[in-house]
Amino acid sequence: MQESNRKKLVIGVIGADVHAVGIRILDYAFTDAGFDVTNLGVMVSQEEYIGAAIETNADAIVVSSLYGHGELDCRGLRDKCDEAGLEGILLYVGGNIVVGKQEFSDVEKRFHAMGFNRVFPPGTPPETTIYWLKKDLGVEEGASRTTD
Amino acid sequence: MRPVLLIDFGSTFTKVTAVDLDEEVLLGHASAFTTVDHDIGDGLALAIKQLEQKTGALSYEYRLACSSAAGGLRMMVSGLVPELTAEAGRLAALGAGAKITRIFTHRLGRRDLALIEANPPDILLLTGGTDGGNRAVITDNASALARLSVRFPVIIAGNRDASDDCEDLLRDFEVTVCPNVMPRFNKLNVEPVQRAIRSLFLTHIIRARGMTKATSLLSGILMPTPSAVLSAVKLLATGTEREAGIGELFAVDVGGATTDVYSIAEGHPTDVSVVLKGLEEPYAKRTVEGDIGMRYSASGINDVVGTENLAAKAGVSEDDVRHYLANIADDKAYVPTADDPNSVLLDLALASSAVDIATTRHAGTLEEAYTTSGIVYVQTGKDLRAIRHILLTGGSVIHASDPKSIAEHALYSEESPLSLRPLEAEIWLDENYILAAMGVLAERESDIALRLMKRELKSLGMSAARMSALKA
Ligand code: B12
Repeated sequence: MQESNRKKLVIGVIGADVHAVGIRILDYAFTDAGFDVTNLGVMVSQEEYIGAAIETNADAIVVSSLYGHGELDCRGLRDKCDEAGLEGILLYVGGNIVVGKQEFSDVEKRFHAMGFNRVFPPGTPPETTIYWLKKDLGVEEGASRTTD
Repeated sequence: MRPVLLIDFGSTFTKVTAVDLDEEVLLGHASAFTTVDHDIGDGLALAIKQLEQKTGALSYEYRLACSSAAGGLRMMVSGLVPELTAEAGRLAALGAGAKITRIFTHRLGRRDLALIEANPPDILLLTGGTDGGNRAVITDNASALARLSVRFPVIIAGNRDASDDCEDLLRDFEVTVCPNVMPRFNKLNVEPVQRAIRSLFLTHIIRARGMTKATSLLSGILMPTPSAVLSAVKLLATGTEREAGIGELFAVDVGGATTDVYSIAEGHPTDVSVVLKGLEEPYAKRTVEGDIGMRYSASGINDVVGTENLAAKAGVSEDDVRHYLANIADDKAYVPTADDPNSVLLDLALASSAVDIATTRHAGTLEEAYTTSGIVYVQTGKDLRAIRHILLTGGSVIHASDPKSIAEHALYSEESPLSLRPLEAEIWLDENYILAAMGVLAERESDIALRLMKRELKSLGMSAARMSALKA
């Protein structure tokens, strides 16, 4: 069945973050690119991502953080995923994940160390994320629908 | 005159209610001890005899019944994540009037299987995975169940991609396949499962319980008693095409062993700035507190509230509380009398606490989350603050000395400010214990059942939550 072949993503804005617009755009863009998206909205706890990823058998969790507390909120997510049997699940993070203007390569290093597979700087367009998702999840171009 | 007989086979009492459909009046009611050990028909015959002593001999157009005798409808739920499919399964089963004996999450282990084997349920609800989501766990659980030596009806309502495999694995069980209880993340779909439970109750459970002897007299035992009560309160709230209901409703049934709470309300956030979290909840929601009740579970109330607080509430000593709890533990059918004033006070305190605890657990909550831009509110469950009707029922409270003050404990309270209970409401009392009977009657005559409830339920007037002056 075609349905089941679509790669499944769980997305949401982590922590006490209420910025609601970006995640809706990502939901739309990812769905349009052929992914099966479960959007948890804003103020998502680590446990919610994990529960949703288990039930939906997700291939990746895409964490958005805009208000600057991303580093604190994301800590321990990888360990909890391992604990919950989601070993090896793809973890992405992006938005404005830290406060102020910090050297992005440092930020990236810290988030890699926390277990995130890919870390995106502010202003990353959805197309870039989609490109990497397809690459990391082995989705062949043409197998899924894109719009121009 | 067109009399009909409505019967509620309870765990302790068999209650009968006669209604005249022509005049739309209650002819009378009576009760006798349930006799499930030999023939449940004996207790029924006795109750009818008592009824007809008051009404004179009646010839019934039909007899309909509901039942919670012989342990009620005992169900187990097997789901995946506790807050998700397992919770969806729990809500579905409770709404169908079941008593949930066990909830399993993730994979069924050897110990879980031993528990099932030792005490098999009437029905097991097997769920797990959203549609297109996890299929490994529900499939593994189906094969684990297949290896059991016991058999019971199983309802499969998980990831639709796994349904066929599960059905094949469980081929020597009585299997019903339903649409997923949680087809998408946090989306509930309880009705198909509830219809399946109802139909299994009719075809299998009644027969297995040796209740067929009595039922040969009946036009049918239609449903478990809690399901009849739920259907009555839903009818009372929403009405029929021809007859308006009274509006959104909160109902509490305080029993000896459990306290059941029903809310018939959407419960959506009332403010756009509130973020809603967690599983969506059914419009007609039932919860059961197994540790909260007036007799078997009085000690459970004491565990939650504390002896000191119960004593203070009742205005008696802590020794009085301990003494009373020991007494009613020995004599479950104990009824407080005026010559023992302590018992009256203590029953009032127990009932008020039962209503308070059970409604707090049922209602949604509003949590304050402190963020850099100030406080954000997060709602989980249903916001019941706008409900304007509270209905109190239950054998052990409808004859209490002050039912209104008991029911007021279902209102919003500053002691648990985050619990979203009604701010003000008209209090109703099911004085003659007709709810279950009306739920059963509604199967055939919903307009009459509704009009009877509107007439027979007694209004005790309005009450409002006590609020101190608003904090600055
Ligand atoms: C609107 C807004 C608000 C509104 C939000 C309303 C709502 N419910 O949505 C309100 C007023 C509530 C608000 C509050 C706050 N905000 Co504000 N807010 C904004 C603002 C102006 C626009 C956000 C927006 O909607 N953008 C449009 C969407 C489409 O873009 P986006 O959210 O950035 O998302 C895109 C990308 O970031 C990316 N993306 C997002 N997530 C991910 C994840 C991955 C993996 C990837 C690859 C990409 C990606 O894709 C999205 C789609 O293109 C931004 C400034 C700005 N111009 O961005 C500040 C901004 C985000 N806010 C900020 C701050 C500090 C706050 C507050 C903490 C304090 C304050 N000053 O009020 C509070 C926090 C409240 C809370 N608890 O969350 C800062 C964050 C600074 C930082 N991280 O260093 C910003 C950047 C403003 C600034 N320059 O200071 N805010």
